[in-house]
Amino acid sequence: MTTITVTVNGVRYTSEVEPRLLLVHYLREHLNLTGTHIGCDTSQCGACVVHINGVSVKSCTTLAVQCDGAEITTIEGLAHNGQLHPLQEGFWEKHGLQCGFCTPGMIMAAADLLKRNPNPTDEEIRHGLEGNLCRCTGYENIVRAVRYAAEKMAATQAAD
Amino acid sequence: MIPAPFDYYAPTSLAEALTLLQQHGDDAKILAGGHSLLPAMKLRLAAPSVLIDINRVAELRGIKVNGTVEIGAMTTWSAIEHHAALAKACPAMADAVGLIGDIQVRNRGTIGGSLAHADPAADMPAVVLAVDAQIHVEGPNGPRAIAAADFFTDMLSTALEPGEIITAITFTSHGPGEGSAYAKFPHPASRYAIVGAAAYVKMENGQVTACRVAITGAGPKAERQTAVEQALIGTDGSADAVAAAAAHAGEGMEMLGDIHASEEYRRAMCKVYAKRALLKAIERAR
Ligand SMILES: Cc1cc2nc3c(=O)[nH]c(=O)nc-3n(C[C@H](O)[C@H](O)[C@H](O)COP(=O)(O)OP(=O)(O)OC[C@H]3O[C@@H](n4cnc5c(N)ncnc54)[C@H](O)[C@@H]3O)c2cc1C
Ligand code: FES
Ligand code: FES
Repeated sequence: MTTITVTVNGVRYTSEVEPRLLLVHYLREHLNLTGTHIGCDTSQCGACVVHINGVSVKSCTTLAVQCDGAEITTIEGLAHNGQLHPLQEGFWEKHGLQCGFCTPGMIMAAADLLKRNPNPTDEEIRHGLEGNLCRCTGYENIVRAVRYAAEKMAATQAAD
Repeated sequence: MIPAPFDYYAPTSLAEALTLLQQHGDDAKILAGGHSLLPAMKLRLAAPSVLIDINRVAELRGIKVNGTVEIGAMTTWSAIEHHAALAKACPAMADAVGLIGDIQVRNRGTIGGSLAHADPAADMPAVVLAVDAQIHVEGPNGPRAIAAADFFTDMLSTALEPGEIITAITFTSHGPGEGSAYAKFPHPASRYAIVGAAAYVKMENGQVTACRVAITGAGPKAERQTAVEQALIGTDGSADAVAAAAAHAGEGMEMLGDIHASEEYRRAMCKVYAKRALLKAIERAR
C-alpha cells in the first residue's frame, strides 16, 4: 500500500492505495465520484476523461499513485455554485446526449479543447474529440453543444 | 481490466532510476506515459512485478532547437506538437505528432516510450528513420548513442540492452532547401498507422540531392525505403519522378495482414503514402 494525497474538485484526500489501482477506480470506488465512466478496456473510448493539473487525461490509463500531489477535476467539479458550466448547458440546450454514457468524458475533453482553442471550427472540434466515442448521437449535436459553449464563454468574457 | 500487483517506485533522478532498474533486473519495467504499457498490463499481456515511474525525472523532459534538435525521452507528444521552432526544424515530426491518437493520448504519451516500445503501427519510428536521428541511452555501462537505422530490430524489439533507459533523441535541423513530411492512413478508432510514410528531401539547383523515406504500420517494424530514395535522387522532384520512385515503396518488405487491411492492401498503400509524403516534403523544400 502507498499513501497518496490528492485534491479532487477542491477537496483534499489522503488515501492508502495499492499501486495497481487505476485512477478511475480510485475516483469511482474510493471517493464515490461515479460521474467518471468506464467504457472500454483498450483506452480508446474517452468515457473516463478527467483533468490532472488542468490537462485532460484518460483516468483508466493512469495509476492513482501517479497522482500523488496532483489537483484533479472530474465532471462533478465543473459546475460552480449551482451554476452549470457553459459546456454542461450546451449539451442540455443542443441535445448533445442520448444515453449520456459518453457525456462526462466528452465534456471534460471539450473543456480542455476550449482552453487551448477558445474559438474552434467544427473541424477542429471533431479533431479535438477524436478520443471520445459516442454510440448514440452521431456526434452532430455534440459539435453543436461545444460550439454553443464556445460562443457563450466568448460572450461572457466580452461582457466582463 | 485490473493489472496484476506490482511494487511501485517514482525516482526523481536518472541515476536513481538506473540503479533501481539494475537492482530489479528483468522483473522491472520503466513506466513513461503508460499509454502502451498500462493497456497491456490491464489486459494482463504484461505483468511486471516492479514499475519504475520516470515521470518525476525532470532532466529527461524538454526540447532544444538550434542547428541540432534535442528532445528529452520523457517529452510528451503535446509538448512536441505545440513547439513552433521544432515544427520549423522538422515539419515531418509536427505532422506525425499531431496525428497520434487523440489529445488525451498526446497529453501522456512520450517520444522515448514510443521508440522503446517499437509498436509496428507507431508513427515516430518512421520519422526518426527519415531524419536519421540518434537515440541516446544510458545504462550500466554508461551512455551511448544508437543510430535510428540500427535501433528497430523486429516487431516490438529494439537494440536497447537490459538496464538501459532512453534519455534523448537528437537530429540535425532542416536548413535551406530541405523539407520533410509525414502522411498516414490511420486506424479509424485508435489512429495508429495502418500505413504511415515519412519523407525527407534536400533540393539543390532544382534537383533532389538527398532523400530518405521510411514506412511504418505495414510490416513488423518501420523500415527505410532505399529503392525509393535511389530512384528519386538526381531527378527534378516532379510529380512524375515522385510517382515513379514511390512505386518502389514496400519492395522487399514483409507485410502484415489483419482484419483492418490485407497484406496486398497495405503493399498498395505504401506506394500511395510514400508518394504523398514525398510530394509534401518536396513542396516544403522548394
Ligand atoms: C488509444 C490510443 C491510441 C494511440 N494511437 C497512437 C498513434 O496513432 N500513433 C502512435 O504512434 N502511438 C499511438 N498510441 C501509443 C502512444 O503514443 C504511447 O503513448 C506510446 O507508444 C508509448 O509511450 P509511453 O510514453 O506511453 O510509454 P509506456 O507505455 O510508459 O512504455 C512503453 C514501453 O517502453 C518502455 N519505456 C518507456 N520509456 C522508456 C525509456 N525512456 N527508456 C527505456 N524504455 C522505456 C516501457 O518500459 C514499456 O515497455 C496510442 C495509444 C493509445 C492508448
Ligand atoms: S474507459 Fe475507455 S478510454 Fe478510459
Ligand atoms: S450519448 Fe450514448 S454514448 Fe454518447
